[in-house]
Amino acid sequence: MTQSSFLKVVLPFKDKVFRLAKRLLVSKEEAEDATQELFFKLWKNKEKITDYKNVEAFAMTMTKNYCYDRLKSKQASNLRLIHTNYKEKETALDKSIEYRDSINQVHQLIENLPEQQKVIIQLRDIEQYDFDEICNMLNMKPTAVRVALSRARKTLREALIKKHNYGIR
Amino acid sequence: MEFVDLEKIVKKYENGATSLQEEITLRNYFTGGTDVPYLQEYEYLFHYFAKAKEETCTKNIQLNPKTSKIKNLKWFSVAAAIVVSFSLFIGKKQQDAAVVKEQYAHVVKTLEILSSNLKKGEQAVATLYTYKYTINKILK
Repeated sequence: MTQSSFLKVVLPFKDKVFRLAKRLLVSKEEAEDATQELFFKLWKNKEKITDYKNVEAFAMTMTKNYCYDRLKSKQASNLRLIHTNYKEKETALDKSIEYRDSINQVHQLIENLPEQQKVIIQLRDIEQYDFDEICNMLNMKPTAVRVALSRARKTLREALIKKHNYGIR
Repeated sequence: MEFVDLEKIVKKYENGATSLQEEITLRNYFTGGTDVPYLQEYEYLFHYFAKAKEETCTKNIQLNPKTSKIKNLKWFSVAAAIVVSFSLFIGKKQQDAAVVKEQYAHVVKTLEILSSNLKKGEQAVATLYTYKYTINKILK
């Protein structure tokens, strides 16, 4: 497999890998490093790539596992700091700012979800993968995926409602 | 979209039972804004999902990164060993040269002293000669 044909196979899902990595690792730099590392791993195993039926699903699984490993090894160090770096903006009177704020809040809320739900929300609601593909990627049963997804969606919505009604009701 | 349909799909969505097609419908509807107050939250959610999908990785992927750090370290030590041995070699050479120079200077100095002493002797001999010569002249 030559470099160019390899790139043709893997580049279409580079951004997806990056976004999943960023969802889990929080910082952009970490995610970029993870993406780089992953593609390098894929490149090293390029002979085996043709054996996989779905390279993209395989890459996503690898990304997920790699990020989990990173999180485990970094749990105590700098990743925590990034979480606290986030500053809640003052509620502005301007409607558009409030709107943007709400969207940022969603980001923050997803951050607070358990890792598995984070991954599932990312794969389903953002990347719009098929359920079969997600099951394949995460090595989970379809019902388990649905349950986790449903829980994540409900949590997000309730948290949003709670935030918006804060101080009103 | 009919409100009843919308509510049905939203319910399904919450239970994680929607198909991709239905989710796309929801996404299209909510990103366009909604008039239903109690579904307001979905507008934010879907806006965020749409926005999140636009993010791209700006870094270029390198398939042949420079040799890993460990390998580099190995070469560093090799380079360091070469530098040390080379500098030792040069240092030794310079030291030898300095010793030779010193010895040379010593020899030169001794020879100079010797020659100056010899000159003194020569002068004395010359005076002796003149002395002998004049004596001979007188005696003849």
